[in-house]
Amino acid sequence: MVEVATQQPNTREWLAFVLVWGSAVLVTATFCWLLGDIIWHGLSHLSWIFLTAPPENAGRRGGIGPILVSTFLILGVCLAVSLPIGIGTAVLLVEFTSDHSLFGRLTRRSLDVLAGVPSIVFGLFGNAFFCKTLGLGFSILSGGLTLACMVLPILIRSTEEGFRAVPSNYRLSAAALGLSRTTTLFHLLLPAAVPGLLVGLVLGVGRAIAETAALIFTSGYVDRMPESLLDSGRALSIHIFDLSMNVSGGDANAYASALVLIILLLIINGTVSWLATYGLHRKIVTV
Amino acid sequence: MTPIAEPRPQHWPEAKPACCKPHPFVDVDRLSLHYGEKSAFQDVTLSISRGCITALVGPSGCGKTSFLTCLNRLTDLIPTCVVAGRITIDKLDVLAPQTDVIQLRRRIGMIFQKPNPFPLSIRRNLEFPLREHGMRDRTQLSSAIETSLREVGLWDEVKDRLDFPALALSGGQQQRLCIARSLALAPEMLLMDEPCSALDPISSGVVEDLIVSLRGRYTILIVTHNLAQARRIADYAALFWVQNGIGRLIETGRAKQLFEEPRNPLTTAYISGIRG
Ligand SMILES: Nc1ncnc2c1ncn2[C@@H]1O[C@H](COP(=O)(O)OP(=O)(O)O)[C@@H](O)[C@H]1O
Ligand SMILES: [Mg+2]
Repeated sequence: MVEVATQQPNTREWLAFVLVWGSAVLVTATFCWLLGDIIWHGLSHLSWIFLTAPPENAGRRGGIGPILVSTFLILGVCLAVSLPIGIGTAVLLVEFTSDHSLFGRLTRRSLDVLAGVPSIVFGLFGNAFFCKTLGLGFSILSGGLTLACMVLPILIRSTEEGFRAVPSNYRLSAAALGLSRTTTLFHLLLPAAVPGLLVGLVLGVGRAIAETAALIFTSGYVDRMPESLLDSGRALSIHIFDLSMNVSGGDANAYASALVLIILLLIINGTVSWLATYGLHRKIVTV
Repeated sequence: MTPIAEPRPQHWPEAKPACCKPHPFVDVDRLSLHYGEKSAFQDVTLSISRGCITALVGPSGCGKTSFLTCLNRLTDLIPTCVVAGRITIDKLDVLAPQTDVIQLRRRIGMIFQKPNPFPLSIRRNLEFPLREHGMRDRTQLSSAIETSLREVGLWDEVKDRLDFPALALSGGQQQRLCIARSLALAPEMLLMDEPCSALDPISSGVVEDLIVSLRGRYTILIVTHNLAQARRIADYAALFWVQNGIGRLIETGRAKQLFEEPRNPLTTAYISGIRG
């Protein structure tokens, strides 16, 4: 009896230990394996010329210069549209809508549904609305706008969480000092909500930069250097998809492009978390 | 927006005798407050004397905090909150819809139970509200900051680290910074909601001495759970009580009289209960 009583927690603890560490190791190992594979196959093809030269022979040779440019342009359009709308909506939801109002509940519910909609649906919507109805055609603009629609729900929801995490006594003490609502919003709440916004930004940009399905129907896959936002442009993820699926002998360049994509993601992630901990934080606290 | 820039009025000397002749500053007439269906307090009629310290005491949930928030219209922030009755502060009809609440809140400062400096530097905590109320001039700003920090006895402690985060200060220092932040706006009255109850005994004593030093220059309405403190510092006292789930003002008068010869048996029970 005594033995069982002392042994049971031990076994259980041991099991918990194995489970927790086992899953952690599994996740890390999977990521490392994936990364290792891509680096192994891709690193030898990576060079300055690869990053800047245009693709040749359907991408089997040459580089990804125009594709990188298109990718950044699409991402730029996406952020330029989704950031202001996202922050604005989050502010409206948190600061100017009561939690139980029909408008607030309806908006939140719709956002949660939208966040789970498969990207191919966004692609078809973008194709029908931006390309055809608005007449933007297959273009970087259409692609960026479609991505903005896709990223918005994530961005709004996490910015909203950021606002909710701001202690309510800031609002009270600001009001008690006779500060107006707009001042409180811009000088106290917005800076304090930045961490939430950054989380949304990382998730959103991560989703946008890796997007394929939504872009095939909207920004197209022309691999020439775009001359304006109304030109079609091939995003990096589409290039990888095309090389590995449709172009025989394109594997080496597909690996190199995938490596570039992962490095980009890591850079973006790193920059944002650096901003969150050092850059912006110091600014908020002392300026 | 000039009033802050001018030197503070000093007609009310720093001494108790000013309170011997009550000179009403705030008049509250049959004030009631509801949160939706729930009534927080009803029928409170009270007059608060200029330049004096009035203590508001009573058990938790009897509506003391709610009462304070009516005076600076912080109740506007709670959508379900309905206030009825009349509050006059120095001839200003506080509850009238056309009252400029920004200006009202500048004149009536508020200190909360938990010190709540903004997550900014010490300097910015004081400068930011001043700028919002129209003070732009650099030298004027820094002299206002110094004056208010001196007034709360914080200047010597923080003058070398004005640009450090305010949240790095100790609890008592943070509370004094919050008082300085209100004082910088040159208010006429301070509402204090249990300003010492989140502090350690030493800081609490420092803040208490500070409050006493403000007597005469500002009209102070302080909520406190510490009856000994109320006895030590208050000129006037008011006791709130919960009857049938609704807060009521059951006794008000000079602090000495209320604590030593209470008229209401409930008051007697309350002060002896706490004492014993
Ligand atoms: N924002 C609010 N919404 C609804 N009810 C509230 C709110 N604030 C306070 N109350 C209620 O009003 C009553 C008085 O509260 P309060 O003024 O905080 O009392 P005290 O400060 O004396 O402890 C309590 O019953 C409390 O539950
Ligand atoms: Mg209270």
